Amino acid sequence: MSHEPENYLTEHSVRSWLLTTDHKRIGILYLLSIVVYFAIAAAAAAMMRLQLLQPNNDLVLPETYNKLFTLHGVLMVWFFLIPSIPAVLGNFVIPMMIGARDVAFPKLNLLSWYLFNIGGSCALYAVICGGVDTGWTFYTPYSTTYANGHVVTMIMGVFIAGFASILTGLNFIITIHKMRAPGMTWFRLPLFIWSLYSTSIILVLATPVLAITLLAIAVERLWGVGIFDPNLGGDPVLFQHMFWFYSHPAVYIMILPGMGVVSELITCFSRKRIFGYHFVAFSSLAIAIVGFLVWGHHMFVSSQSVYAGMVFSILSFIVAVPSAIKVFNWTATLYKGSISYDTPMLYAFGFIGLFTIGGLTGLFLAAIAVDVHLHDTYFVVAHFHYIMVGGMVLSFMGGLHYWWPKISGRLYPEMMGRVAAAVTFIGFNLTFFPQFLLGYLGQPRRYHAYPPEFQVFHVLSTAGASILGVGYLMPLIYFLWSLKWGKRASDNPWQATGLEWQTTSPPLRENFEEIPIVTKEPYDYRPEDDPEHEPQAQPQHA
Amino acid sequence: MNFQLFPPQAATTAQESDWLFWSLTATSFLICVLIFVPLGWFAIKYRRGRKVNRDLRDFPSWKLEVVWTTIPLILMMGLFAWSAEVFFRMESPPPGAIEINVVGKQWMWKLQHAEGAREINELHIPRGEAVKLTMTSQDVIHDFFIPAFRMKQDVVPGRYTSEWFIPTKTGRYHIFCAQYCGTSHAAMIGWVYVMEPQDYQRWLSQGSPEPMAAQGEALFHSLGCSGCHGVSSKIHAPPLEGIYGHLVPLETKEFVVADDQYIRDCILQTKPALVAGYQKLMPSFKGHISEGEIMELIAYVKSIANTTPPEGFTK
Repeated sequence: MSHEPENYLTEHSVRSWLLTTDHKRIGILYLLSIVVYFAIAAAAAAMMRLQLLQPNNDLVLPETYNKLFTLHGVLMVWFFLIPSIPAVLGNFVIPMMIGARDVAFPKLNLLSWYLFNIGGSCALYAVICGGVDTGWTFYTPYSTTYANGHVVTMIMGVFIAGFASILTGLNFIITIHKMRAPGMTWFRLPLFIWSLYSTSIILVLATPVLAITLLAIAVERLWGVGIFDPNLGGDPVLFQHMFWFYSHPAVYIMILPGMGVVSELITCFSRKRIFGYHFVAFSSLAIAIVGFLVWGHHMFVSSQSVYAGMVFSILSFIVAVPSAIKVFNWTATLYKGSISYDTPMLYAFGFIGLFTIGGLTGLFLAAIAVDVHLHDTYFVVAHFHYIMVGGMVLSFMGGLHYWWPKISGRLYPEMMGRVAAAVTFIGFNLTFFPQFLLGYLGQPRRYHAYPPEFQVFHVLSTAGASILGVGYLMPLIYFLWSLKWGKRASDNPWQATGLEWQTTSPPLRENFEEIPIVTKEPYDYRPEDDPEHEPQAQPQHA
Repeated sequence: MNFQLFPPQAATTAQESDWLFWSLTATSFLICVLIFVPLGWFAIKYRRGRKVNRDLRDFPSWKLEVVWTTIPLILMMGLFAWSAEVFFRMESPPPGAIEINVVGKQWMWKLQHAEGAREINELHIPRGEAVKLTMTSQDVIHDFFIPAFRMKQDVVPGRYTSEWFIPTKTGRYHIFCAQYCGTSHAAMIGWVYVMEPQDYQRWLSQGSPEPMAAQGEALFHSLGCSGCHGVSSKIHAPPLEGIYGHLVPLETKEFVVADDQYIRDCILQTKPALVAGYQKLMPSFKGHISEGEIMELIAYVKSIANTTPPEGFTK
């Protein structure tokens, strides 16, 4: 091949990137942005882990430590996890997976990327000006009355980025409803689409509540209108209800897309139909819906009423069931498969293991009497990192490796990929498993200093974090390396069934020469005849 | 470097909480085995290139779905019922518990026993007796957390929250603030000392402090409360004898129980809670009185809960 055929990457000018309405390019723009936010937030975490090496370390001042965990939380939640799979992988593959040429509103899609980065710049500006020490949860009346620092600037950053979430969610919902190729019925949709559809519903319905809540903080802080501060006649617990009404569903924004990716990976690398397609698809919707009704489990000891606590407790136990259904179905999918251990599959295995542990420890926190002890300790920190890092980050990495040949047209070095996946898994567990023990011992969150008997676990955790850091750096290096030196990828290197694999790698500007006609279910793999498979539609350029 | 794997277990609540905790751990372990053993087995047996039978027909898939939906659901309901039952008891203090008031502020704990003894960042209590803490905050939300008792409760400005426990083992245990409260959150810590009851009595009578109710009565006079609520008053204000814990009719035709929260709201006039048949004359004491003093006044009103208004009180 002397010259590459035209594809979405052919044009090189900066202008062609900054004014693009191509969903694939916008996906890449998001990828570049979130890598930057992730790096800053990870650096903050590294500083915290170093501070915690000793019980009374004076590496950073207490107020600096508080600003570090605020920065870490705000950036990781709103500027990495929430956009990670939806805005990067979702933008890139949704239209191709359903056989469309782009999302429904390409210009809105670009606008959402700009809003996202305006919000991100606002948040970083608040940090540069001296930082914010409220924690990512902005609990009142601390955030409205007592905290110094640039709370309102930080809040505006999150507020603006929220509109990017809403626009992305809206775009996905309409794209999935209106832009499916002929023959792509609802039950022929890949499960990744189902999970992102559920995610989009949450993005559209929950984010406005966050916007209102954050505005209310700004109004109280700037003009002294009593909403949350009891000294002004407000109610501080009201804030928690409003905040978690968004932020608990947001937890599912941070895991549902990962579940979608894992469904794709498990089927492709075990050459099997997904076991229980309908159950996996509808469990995503069930999680999205019940997930709206469990916010009060963050508030068992907040002084909410005993009976409210019990209702939230039972609903939290119930929401565990659809997650369990997914894990069982993935496991059953492997039965009589033809399983390979390529990098994306290693991440998928890692996901199942860590998500299971994260989910099971969630039961401890749903159990209201035990939560009284564990609430606001490192047990909670460990639990949600098992879901968000062990779940979302691992599935994001799995998905990124899986679609990398399609995105870049190049193959990443497979052996390095497997090593990095293993390093990440080991580093992650060493970082966060000791935190379960710390939490049970009673170590509260957000402490820059602690009693000496907790030190052993903190040292283990910091050691794990340094290994985890290596696990993150390796893909960064070899992905960049592969752009120039990686082997050229064929159109369908994994022999996968999805429509996105039936166009060129990298795809054409408009994805397909002609819109494919879908004739098959999504995962028509043949394990007994590996690598035989029936693509969802016949490739046109074959 | 000292090292521990289990936190001390020093209250009845800790025992109940731990039973549940370890049962959850055992259940989780079992579920992990049920998931990871087949997962590992399939991953090895059906790895690519291995010659095994991969023919899959007549697989009872919907039956499996029903099984693995129903069993977890039943299990969840069982765990819920157990934990809710324990929680309900954690939230129901027995009558006659030792009463201690706690005020949280950035970044210290101020405590006062009903008998009058005051402490800062320390809590002395007797072994084997129920202790109830009534707590509020002077500024932001704090949380009074005693890991050895497996007990915590947010301490919220503008309202009273409580927690109670029966300590079972003498010794010294951590108090942590568990709700992030600003710069020195990590320094808002202290110690609980669980003592033998006779040692506690000796400790309590050190310096022979005045009981909280008596201090509250003194305040009742010095702040001028007795000028209106007292027997010789010319101003038409409701008597406070015998109201604590009873229903009070309001001007809005509602009834409220005159509890700590209600009395606090009246003193600070934070909520419209005018008693039926009276005019709105009372000034707000907001800004003129500390949280500790409000608690003393409440202790005084409580101490006259079983008395009746003296003869000649203009009702």
